[in-house]
Amino acid sequence: MEIPEPKPKTKREIRKDNNVKIRQVNEVLTYNVNQKKVLSRYHKKQLLKKTNAAKRVKKGSKIPGRAPVPKGVVKKYDKGDGVSTRGITGIYQKEKWKNKENQFKKATEQSARVEILLSEKGGGIEADEGEKTKDIKQIDIVKNVDVASAAKSFELHLNEFGPYQVKYTRNGKHMLLAGKLGHMASFNWFTKKLACEINVMESIHDICYLHVDTMFACAQKKYLHIYDNTGTELHCLRKISNINKLEFLPYHFLLAAGSDFGKLQWLDVSVGEVVGSVLTKQHGLSTMVQNPYNAVLCTGSTKGDVAMWTPNCQEPVAKLFCHKSPVTAMDIDPSGLYMATAGSDFKVKIWDARNLEKTLQVYKIPYAASNVSFSQTGLMAVSNRQNLDIYRDCCATATRDQYLVHRFKQTITNMKFCPFEDVLGVGTQKGFTSLLIPGAGEANFDALELNPYQYTSQRKEGEVKALLEKIPYEMISLNPSVITEVDVPTMKEQIEMKQKLHFIKPPQIDYKPRNKAKGKGGSVNNARNKKIAQEKVKKDFYQKLSELEEGEKSNEETKKSNVKANNPILQRFL
Amino acid sequence: MKIKVLSRDPNQYIRETKSETHKLKRNFDPKLHQFEAAREYVRALNATKLDKVFAKPFIGNLDGHRDSISCISKHPTSLSLLLSGAYNGELRVWDIPQKKCIREIQAHDGVLRGISYTNDGQHFFSIGDDKNIKMWSSQAPLRPEDEEPANTILSKSIISGISHHFTEDKFATCGEVCQLWEESRNSSIKTYEWGVDTLHDVAFNPVQSNLLGACAADRSIILYDIRETKPLRKLVMALKSNKICWNPMEAFNFTVASEDFNLYTFDTRNLKCPVTMHVDHVSAVMSLDYAPTGKEFVTGSYDKTIRIFEVDKVHSREVYHTKRMQRLTSVQWTLDNKYILSASDEMNIRIWKARASEKLGPLKQREKAALNYSEALKDKYAAHPKIKKIAQRRHVPKHVYNAQMEMKTIRKAHRRKDANRKLHSKPGSTKTKPEILKKIVREDA
Repeated sequence: MEIPEPKPKTKREIRKDNNVKIRQVNEVLTYNVNQKKVLSRYHKKQLLKKTNAAKRVKKGSKIPGRAPVPKGVVKKYDKGDGVSTRGITGIYQKEKWKNKENQFKKATEQSARVEILLSEKGGGIEADEGEKTKDIKQIDIVKNVDVASAAKSFELHLNEFGPYQVKYTRNGKHMLLAGKLGHMASFNWFTKKLACEINVMESIHDICYLHVDTMFACAQKKYLHIYDNTGTELHCLRKISNINKLEFLPYHFLLAAGSDFGKLQWLDVSVGEVVGSVLTKQHGLSTMVQNPYNAVLCTGSTKGDVAMWTPNCQEPVAKLFCHKSPVTAMDIDPSGLYMATAGSDFKVKIWDARNLEKTLQVYKIPYAASNVSFSQTGLMAVSNRQNLDIYRDCCATATRDQYLVHRFKQTITNMKFCPFEDVLGVGTQKGFTSLLIPGAGEANFDALELNPYQYTSQRKEGEVKALLEKIPYEMISLNPSVITEVDVPTMKEQIEMKQKLHFIKPPQIDYKPRNKAKGKGGSVNNARNKKIAQEKVKKDFYQKLSELEEGEKSNEETKKSNVKANNPILQRFL
Repeated sequence: MKIKVLSRDPNQYIRETKSETHKLKRNFDPKLHQFEAAREYVRALNATKLDKVFAKPFIGNLDGHRDSISCISKHPTSLSLLLSGAYNGELRVWDIPQKKCIREIQAHDGVLRGISYTNDGQHFFSIGDDKNIKMWSSQAPLRPEDEEPANTILSKSIISGISHHFTEDKFATCGEVCQLWEESRNSSIKTYEWGVDTLHDVAFNPVQSNLLGACAADRSIILYDIRETKPLRKLVMALKSNKICWNPMEAFNFTVASEDFNLYTFDTRNLKCPVTMHVDHVSAVMSLDYAPTGKEFVTGSYDKTIRIFEVDKVHSREVYHTKRMQRLTSVQWTLDNKYILSASDEMNIRIWKARASEKLGPLKQREKAALNYSEALKDKYAAHPKIKKIAQRRHVPKHVYNAQMEMKTIRKAHRRKDANRKLHSKPGSTKTKPEILKKIVREDA
């Protein structure tokens, strides 16, 4: 007869055993306590620790507490360090700030916690061993995905009016196509339902959706025109002419237009006024993008530098020298962290868009890129002529290989990633191609911000809400959260203020002689009195000034003497 | 090779039928919420502006009295009842929601000085210049002709104020002396005197219910404990106090409305220095009443305006006025913390909202959430100059504005004079006293 092997202990049994052991230890300990009666403080502490640990194990085995949130996830929602309570005097205020900070902390943790509710997972490609993702062709991708997704890869042959440009709405539901020779079409690219198709009978330089999909702007041969989704021309803006590039700043309701003469204009589309106009001195402006993080416009010049512009300042708010050759293309990723610039020196450089001091990555590519585009997840598409290369994880870390590669038969003119979809729309010389790029789109949208599935009523409501929340154009600056910060003078300003003290003039006084009885005054007396009054003001002023300066000097002296006092005692013998 | 492409099932994002609410999936990733600070600021600005747009505090008035109203009193438990007494001795009971007078009594000969409900609200007392203390049943008789007091007490001295105990069947009156009465007896059970000529207001503490405060004509404030035989403490101020009111939440704090246009909040533990001096009125403050939360109080002044103060703030947060409203005699904050009732010289009782832009009536959950959100935003960005300017601006009548300017000039002149005096005297010989301490003369115990 076989003797059955003892079963391996289950976790629960092990835990039970442990508990029993702990109980035994506790009993021994308590026995010891009874024996010794007097315990040292150290022993008492140790004992307490052990008993507490035992309690925790007991509790833990039955009711596990709230699962901790992974630190990396919390960091994503973190909005920076809070206010330190160090300088705050007064218990009440200190406590108040502490509570506030705790609330922020809790909110951050909670938003990290609800990440578990996100229903969609992003796409991607997992290559087999020895296989590289860049070898995977578009046909293979289409074959390996479901029918609905496969339908997103399509091609439009439009031979007559090319080359074509493409733009998507911010929620990725609608698409705008425009041929250089005047052909323009807007359609819902999910359903492929055409909203309008017109020919403006003029050359088209750029196109752009406004805040909703029912309106779009079109930079034509001479002027800027605005159309609605039926193709009706709503406005012809003659004050904005010869436009090369268009950008729409959705939160400010500004349509930014860069003209052929290098003039930047910001049109407030909610009131129809040009709120800002700047001369960039860059003739034949060909690259212009907006930074979605702070709504600053970036233009690349033929000299190789990139300048950043706001409607409030005639000079660029930032300027950096990127390439030793003309900047041919640039883009900023949707989170506003990275900026990619491409030059005709066959290089693509990645910059930290908030700290412009140094390049993060420099890529040498075999051509001068004419187009660069970022996707929501940080994929970067680079193209020139018939070549299209897509890079992954290329900003914070250096990457060697392309993620995907595609070759076209026609020249690529323009390309854009579709928001919230794994799709890249490419406008070419003779049509439009929609490519499937797995992992390009943000999987989970926030329906209260941008909703690809929005109804007409939701769109209308959203439009009203957005208009109410229109940020004034005066608030555009490099740091978008400057409004929440305390306005403290910088070191430079402080020094300047101090230096200004030397050049201050005494205040001019407006001396008015009192009306005196006849014979008592006289112009001579008046003039003398006036002089006396002025001299007195002058004297007082200089006296005050000298007091101020002396005060500063004495402050410095006390500082010095303090330094002396800190010296070693025996120094006087040296 | 494994390939996954985003492919959403529309059914998860689109509602099935029209009766359903929209499916709104959220993602709190900061990347999808750009310009958070700037947008919040704009929202806060809009919320502040909307507050101004919706600030319509006046709800209605109760008219019917044939003479100026001297006092009003709210019911201790019922929100809809209000008592009012007029200078012609007439007493009226009002139904506030219907804005109707439900009872009318000719209670006294001459002026009716004060009214007070009993702690259970079954009866109320009225006093008048005819030295009578009359107790009335809250239940109206079937015929108005049968209106008769349940009890009448003839006092020996003139009575000018009354306040009922909050838990027991006792009440206190003031006049030449402060007297304590029991409902069931016809003579006073205790009399307090402290060498003053007359007292004109008396108030029981709602929490520390044996404590009693009174304002005297010799500019003093006197505190009594009804368990003792003698008054407790006395504080003499620079000018007369018109009204005293205890904080219903912080038993040790009380506020007095002074003849010098200001109000003073005191802590009974340290009477020598007021906790806060509340300024803004441009004429004598006649009456005040605390909100049931104890965080705010309303004041009525001789300058024809009503102001609302926060307990710990110097300046008022709100001012109410109308063209027709005359000098205020009495104000009350209702016990649901929503309305303010004011009685004025031109025979009207007015009903106001306690928060000028508050939406009345039941609120939906989402509405409530939105209001709370905008409230939080306003608080967060309150210090920004643009928002502060909008939030603080109040239109005041011309006579108030002119008086404010005049007071400003006077204050400036005083300050200049003090500075000059200090400048031209021996260093250390002049002491500057804080404004708040100048109003306190001495404390007797």
